[in-house]
Amino acid sequence: MLSIKNLSVKLQEEDKQILKGVDLEVEAGKVHAIMGPNGSGKSTLSYVLSGKAGYEVTDGSATLEGVDLLGMEPEERAAAGLFLAFQYPVEIPGVGNMTFLRTAVNAQRKARGEEEMSAADFLKVIRAKAKDLKIDAEMLKRPVNMGFSGGEKKRNEILQMAMLEPKMCILDETDSGLDVDAMKLVAEGVNALRSEGRGFLVITHYQRLLDHIKPDVVHIMSDGRIVKTGGPELALEVEHNGYADILAEVA
Amino acid sequence: MAEAALSRSSATELTADRKLPDQPWARSARVEALSRLDTLGLPHRRDEYWKFTRPDTLIQMPAPSAAVFHNDEKPLFDDMDRLRIVFVDGVFDENASDDLTLEGVKIERLATAQSDLHWAKDLYGKLEAAGQTPVPRTLAAFNTAYAEDGLLIHVTDKVSKPISLIYTHESDSSDAILHHCIKLDAGTELTVLENGPAAARFNKVMEVDIGDGAAFHHVRAQGRDHERRAVTHMFARLSAESVFKSFTMTVNGKLTRNECVIELTGDDATAHVAGVCVGDGDFHHDDTVFVTHDAVGCESRQVFKKVLRNGAVGVFQGKILVKNGAQKTDGYQISQSLLLDEDSQFLAKPELEIYADDVACSHGSTSGAIDEDALFYLRARGIPQNEATNLLTLAFLAEAVEEVQSDVLKEELTSRLDAWLARHRD
Ligand SMILES: Nc1ncnc2c1ncn2[C@@H]1O[C@H](COP(=O)(O)OP(=O)(O)O)[C@@H](O)[C@H]1O
Ligand SMILES: [Mg+2]
Repeated sequence: MLSIKNLSVKLQEEDKQILKGVDLEVEAGKVHAIMGPNGSGKSTLSYVLSGKAGYEVTDGSATLEGVDLLGMEPEERAAAGLFLAFQYPVEIPGVGNMTFLRTAVNAQRKARGEEEMSAADFLKVIRAKAKDLKIDAEMLKRPVNMGFSGGEKKRNEILQMAMLEPKMCILDETDSGLDVDAMKLVAEGVNALRSEGRGFLVITHYQRLLDHIKPDVVHIMSDGRIVKTGGPELALEVEHNGYADILAEVA
Repeated sequence: MAEAALSRSSATELTADRKLPDQPWARSARVEALSRLDTLGLPHRRDEYWKFTRPDTLIQMPAPSAAVFHNDEKPLFDDMDRLRIVFVDGVFDENASDDLTLEGVKIERLATAQSDLHWAKDLYGKLEAAGQTPVPRTLAAFNTAYAEDGLLIHVTDKVSKPISLIYTHESDSSDAILHHCIKLDAGTELTVLENGPAAARFNKVMEVDIGDGAAFHHVRAQGRDHERRAVTHMFARLSAESVFKSFTMTVNGKLTRNECVIELTGDDATAHVAGVCVGDGDFHHDDTVFVTHDAVGCESRQVFKKVLRNGAVGVFQGKILVKNGAQKTDGYQISQSLLLDEDSQFLAKPELEIYADDVACSHGSTSGAIDEDALFYLRARGIPQNEATNLLTLAFLAEAVEEVQSDVLKEELTSRLDAWLARHRD
């Protein structure tokens, strides 16, 4: 599904190499986790895949179902089925959450040549999905992420993911800033979306999210590279021994 | 003094071949206005008050021409129940207008009002004259002297539907002057709508005297024609517990200077002035606002937002003056511009001058580009760049549009702004 080969990225403005040849293959129906110390390049990877400006790809490739992602505009990547749940969701004053989501859903449908969703259908669907995530009507009406608590912002990301039904979901530290209850809600939201045709890349610093979203494969990232790959037990190893041991072992 | 003023041509071609309209009740007001014009002179590019906007083309004769711009957009306010009064290039169009009769209000034309006992005698040119200090606004004095037409509206009750002034532009070379006086008796209400490009060059004055507890709502759309020019003045005097709310949307136009001079003279009055303008290319828009608090417990708000691109220029000069004794004043002023490229420019001069000690006043002025993080967030959800930019632009304008009371009008104005944004994509 998502195929990343030798992806090498530097900052556009500075001579600083951040990703130094990332290789990663996420198959449809699978959940891959990326763990790694702060500053290892996890968010950068998610940004580069979704098309944020400011980075320069110096080598390598990234494709979604065989289609080159790196040559596309961010909105084209989204329409192609890529979704990023942001580590820091952006607040947008003046744009209603509901308007935003409906515009997004219909923009993607339009880009794919599908019929747009009617206002009534949209309302029905979003109400049901919002309820599962304990997002109330008032939150839907407010401007995007404005005045949302950390947990509410993360739940709102998952709501967007549920509405957009992407093929490939990247979650960047969706667990950070969440208490146990909120984390359970988020994990349930993610698990409800798990399906044959959908891939997940769950970026996290800690193991605890992976208790709720069980990964098939765990990667350790350090200094811009995937340095170790294993099964769920690798996450537990990090939990018990920290990153230092693993990094020392691969160094 | 009268004859001296009349015989003298006041230093400019603007007044050279004009005669004061012959109307006994307004004569002294016109003569005095001419004398103000003589004494104070017309605006000059070296005047401090015209630092950001060149007045030349507002004064030169003949008026620079402006092509009539045609598009198939439905005129604004079209579906509303309203009393329509049409001026074509500044000339009253009787056939296109409704009868000037409406319950709760008496409407006359300046051109035909003749009685020497006319109520407007106490208003015509009076607020304009008071508004000449501390800074002269002599294009308004010029207007008082020479305006041949306009409306005299006396409001005696709560008026059920808006009076809608429609300014049509048909001649490339029109140079229109209109002067309206509106007097609201105590406890009355009126909404005035204005729309249309008006003329190649338009000089308009509106004087509004708002009685105790009365409410005046004003929504204006200056628009469409790319080459038109306008200088407009709104003078408002507010009595106790009265309300004044004015909103202006400006779309296109080579040069627009909108001055709004508000005097809060009765306790607990409320004055809100708001404006949005969207300009592309050869567009210069100037909002100059002067709010004077001269009573206790009054609230004033100025909210101005501008979207500028392709070299468009926006100007805001706004002042809140709180006089000695105007305690418990609540004054707010914000002017912001969104620059969609690096060629566009926003020039702002926000001012507070406070002589009372128990007041809450705040002001702010910002100018910036589209928030890149917000733009990326929207795009990452599949919203194309143009559409995302428009969404953020409308969101930026929303705080000012929110000042419009009516939801119907709000929606109609927003859809116009949306259409403008869609038309001006690269
Ligand atoms: N836009 C940027 N400007 C400067 N440094 C950046 C930028 N983006 C990322 N970096 C740097 O790249 C490295 C990786 O950051 P990031 O991808 O956020 O790591 P992680 O998400 O694993 O914590 C860090 O050293 C960070 O400071
Ligand atoms: Mg990160």
